[in-house]
Amino acid sequence: MLSDNQLLRYSRHIFLPEIDIQGQQALADARVLVLGAGGLGSPALMYLAAAGVGHLVVSDPDVVELSNLQRQIVHRQDSLDQLKADSARRHLLALNPDIEVDALPRALDDDELQQQAAAATVVVVGTDNFSSRHAANRACLSTGTPLVSAAAIAWEAQISTFDPRLADSPCFACLYPDSNEQALNCAETGVVSPLVGMLGSYQALEVIKLITGAGTPLIGRLQLFDARHGEWQTLRLKRNPECPACASFVASDTSRD
Amino acid sequence: MTSAAEPSTAAVTVLFFARLREELPQPRLHWPWSEAGTVNELRRDIAAQGNDWAALTEDLLVAVNQEMAGPEQTVKPGDEVAFFPPVTGG
Repeated sequence: MLSDNQLLRYSRHIFLPEIDIQGQQALADARVLVLGAGGLGSPALMYLAAAGVGHLVVSDPDVVELSNLQRQIVHRQDSLDQLKADSARRHLLALNPDIEVDALPRALDDDELQQQAAAATVVVVGTDNFSSRHAANRACLSTGTPLVSAAAIAWEAQISTFDPRLADSPCFACLYPDSNEQALNCAETGVVSPLVGMLGSYQALEVIKLITGAGTPLIGRLQLFDARHGEWQTLRLKRNPECPACASFVASDTSRD
Repeated sequence: MTSAAEPSTAAVTVLFFARLREELPQPRLHWPWSEAGTVNELRRDIAAQGNDWAALTEDLLVAVNQEMAGPEQTVKPGDEVAFFPPVTGG
């Protein structure tokens, strides 16, 4: 049950008929795993904390460096040289002491990822490499946990949501076959600061929609944003029946019925 | 390339998004395409113009008529084909 203080704190959510007290209670009861406390993870975590998601789990193996502070806004000047997971936890609790935050200052191996995904209501991935995204995808597929994935580089970004609870949802590997590490990353290429802010905030929005059931999440749609020209593209994304990552899970789904 | 007068059906519209839009000489093309072929064949045809067009490599993502497509998907005259790079930064 939400306290009087919480009813006031979250009143601007509760005013929304799509969220209401029921949706806010669902947020309070939810546990969200955020992989990467960088440019995308920062605003995603901050909005999820402010929005009253009851339990956040943040995993990041890195330490805050000076060049991170241009865009990774959950970290502050006094976070330099601290583990990002610990710095994020400290600032999230300062933003909202009403929630629980677990800091996991390491890259999760497959076993731990599996456990954390199983315990999570939704997983958010904003890491800087494909192998960790594919690992998150596998853990979400095997535990039936929705995955909100965004990526940004330079002036361009992509976002989509994958929900293995739905038989026709694509998975991350339907979009990106698990093969190469060709793509650029921010550490080597650069990224315009508010772009990761937009996309990380969008990830938090997707999480709130998934938890409360409000509206239509980006399942089966990939959105591209070109910050140079201020243009969005929406592309349909279907499940690949030959996808090596999700085909086996869908098959076992059917056999259960 | 045909004249701009009529949107010929014996062609496809090719769009380049994100970084490709900046790197290639044009953000969009009207490319002659009289029979069905694959996404990969179209990409190789355009890349064969050389110079900057060689940036059309096989690791790019592709959408045909606003739907994500694989390299072997058929492209028919009149289709809209968009190419864009993979992104993983966070």
